[in-house]
Amino acid sequence: MTNQKPFIDIRHAQKSFGSLNVLRDISLQVQRGQIVAIIGPSGSGKSTLLRAINDLDPLTGGEVWLEDKQINKSLPHRQYEQHINEVRQEIGMVFQHFNLFPHLKVRENVTMAPKMLKGLSDAEANALAEEQLTKVGMIERIDYYPSQLSGGQKQRVAIARALAMKPKVMLFDEATSALDPELVEEVNLVMKKLAEEHMTMIIVTHEMGFAESVCDRVLFMDQGVVVEEGPPEVIFRNPKNERTRNFLRKHLAGQKG
Amino acid sequence: MDYELMQRVFPYFLEAAWTTILLSVLTAVLGLACAIVGASARFSRFAVFRILGAAYVSVFRGTPALIQLFILYFGGPQIGIQLDAFEAGVIGLGLNAGAYMTETIRGAIIAVDKGQKEAARTLGMSRWQAMRNVILPQAMRLMIRPLGVNINALIKGTALVAAISVVELTYTAQRYIGSTYKPFEMFLIAGVLYMIIIYVVGLGIAWADRKARII
Ligand SMILES: Nc1ncnc2c1ncn2[C@@H]1O[C@H](COP(=O)(O)OP(=O)(O)OP(=O)(O)O)[C@@H](O)[C@H]1O
Ligand SMILES: [Mg+2]
Repeated sequence: MTNQKPFIDIRHAQKSFGSLNVLRDISLQVQRGQIVAIIGPSGSGKSTLLRAINDLDPLTGGEVWLEDKQINKSLPHRQYEQHINEVRQEIGMVFQHFNLFPHLKVRENVTMAPKMLKGLSDAEANALAEEQLTKVGMIERIDYYPSQLSGGQKQRVAIARALAMKPKVMLFDEATSALDPELVEEVNLVMKKLAEEHMTMIIVTHEMGFAESVCDRVLFMDQGVVVEEGPPEVIFRNPKNERTRNFLRKHLAGQKG
Repeated sequence: MDYELMQRVFPYFLEAAWTTILLSVLTAVLGLACAIVGASARFSRFAVFRILGAAYVSVFRGTPALIQLFILYFGGPQIGIQLDAFEAGVIGLGLNAGAYMTETIRGAIIAVDKGQKEAARTLGMSRWQAMRNVILPQAMRLMIRPLGVNINALIKGTALVAAISVVELTYTAQRYIGSTYKPFEMFLIAGVLYMIIIYVVGLGIAWADRKARII
């Protein structure tokens, strides 16, 4: 659309696990403030792509850039560790299974990383945690343990924990897939709020309705390639590719059933 | 049963029980220290350490503890290691217990959900920060009970040092049998004292486990 330099730039990403090619030459540019949804059948490589962005699953080929920094650089171990830890502070990630730290209260879940990595004082970190927990509507539960929360509440805390690092980008890997249906909406609302604040986001999701309502662009992936991409109204209402149509048809049928 | 004899020798058994307790405590401490080193080696970034850690575990779990004690105590002087029986007992049993505890610690660390590490690393924590602040506190809770099993085995294992003449419970029983020909009474006293020690330690472990679980 514009010639603006992309905020996130994935160039020819390739990933194989042994002989299994999970990503085959995927390129994706995301502009600052853009919200991209990635959809596709199970095993198509969505998670792998998302996790390649912060080098959690390092690529076997290609490059990932965040602004003017290459993320998946090959460096000597120590330098790489330092580099990747800095990069990861700028990339928030939310997992399907929340991955809250069960031995810590909600407050410490949120304050731990900012204190440890950014040197915030207790008071600063507390203020930050209260701010983020208020944003996700979880301030009343600040002194609870994760085991005392519902799935939706856990996920909102996980989002607050990621936001407390003031990331430039948020990655969501099926953030609502593990939730009971009635708890999905509260998490979606938080994500919508972030969208309104123009957070740059990449969202792997099975929820087409949600993707359509918040995303600027949708990627349909299958078998390690991007089969089709475009604005949500095109992908969801008028997809050009046969595989996209099949997937959506099956998916919608599944959702109704 | 010869109660009169039992009463007469009981104080000597009590004294021997203290030796067993001291031996157990020192063995447990040394074992834990070895296990911390061993488990760290097994999680090292460097293959050499991982291999050394694995070798330590296989050697000490793969041979009888009695042979290990004999090599150290009887074979040691041949290669310039002079230890008295008690020292050899503590070091031999400690290294042996350490091998089992290495695997216990390793198992507990592996049992922590891998999403925990991912979440920590994703926030920007280093390997060590993630280990120290996220994985280990959770692994600690998981390892209390299995370490308790190791400690239980180690206490009973101290009986082996009777074979190198450390005057602990089992040795004391054998010695009095030699002079009194009353094996039933003598082993009964020793057995009951072992049971008391193990019972009390078991209570301690259960308490620690309960304490760690309350969140
Ligand atoms: N660590 C791994 N080792 C081997 N194979 C892996 C590994 N991680 C993923 N895979 C394989 O890579 C393929 C893509 O996995 P990925 O998790 O990216 O799919 P996905 O699109 O996220 O699927 P889902 O919708 O089920 O989450 C799958 O075939 C999976 O089995
Ligand atoms: Mg996935």
